[in-house]
Amino acid sequence: MSPSLPSAGRRRIDHALVFAALGDETRLALIAKLAGGEPRSISQLTAGSKLTRQAITKHLRVLESAGVVRGVREGRESLFELDPRPIAGLRQYLESVSKQWDEALGRLKALVER
Amino acid sequence: MNDRIEKRIEIKAPVSRVWRAITDYREFGEWFRVRLEGPFVEGQVSSGMITYPGYEYVKWEARVQKMEPEKMFSFTWGHVKAFDKETYSGDYSNAPTTLVEFRLEATKDGTLLTLTESGFEQLPADFRDEAFRRNDGGWSEQMKNIESHVAKSS
Repeated sequence: MSPSLPSAGRRRIDHALVFAALGDETRLALIAKLAGGEPRSISQLTAGSKLTRQAITKHLRVLESAGVVRGVREGRESLFELDPRPIAGLRQYLESVSKQWDEALGRLKALVER
Repeated sequence: MNDRIEKRIEIKAPVSRVWRAITDYREFGEWFRVRLEGPFVEGQVSSGMITYPGYEYVKWEARVQKMEPEKMFSFTWGHVKAFDKETYSGDYSNAPTTLVEFRLEATKDGTLLTLTESGFEQLPADFRDEAFRRNDGGWSEQMKNIESHVAKSS
């Protein structure tokens, strides 16, 4: 992964899709497998799972349409890799809002308890 | 990953006291750091200016949704992308909104206050880019963050 990723990042990515894509255990497990940064084949991603290759492919398509994962071709093989940006961006924004609430509620507590 | 924020805090004060601190616009302004123009009224827009040092040019704008005395107070508010002084517009008319809810419950020692903010899935994708411009952690760092985040929430 390099900071100069191609234009895929400019695609409009819908937060609702990203959240929906992440709201599933199988897909979270797939993301965890891809989080090392190495592209993986469907066979590699199916290995160790109780699900069929077909089912895994379907989940990968959901992740792909949310922009969380993208397909890359390597020879005849189709591989999948993680695009960290949609998840990391959301996470960061939520964290900054969350931190602001912690501070504000801390001041509220101090105000009423004094 | 959660699309909402939830905070629960125990406050050593009666529910009536906490209710006042949340719904009296002057008291709210004191801890939230905003100078509001007038009282909160159900269904109406509340406006004012942020008093947080360094952000005094930022406008506060929210629409009060519900006020159930000593139980629940909620409002929706808009999120704008940039708070940098140069790019801040103060125009919330098309801003995506989230819902903020305060719930109060009496406990043995005082009040349990639960705050939730939901609806982040309404935010457009460019929030992501904005967050990234401010981030200098690099991609490998982000990968690690995602890994641990996914591990936590799965």
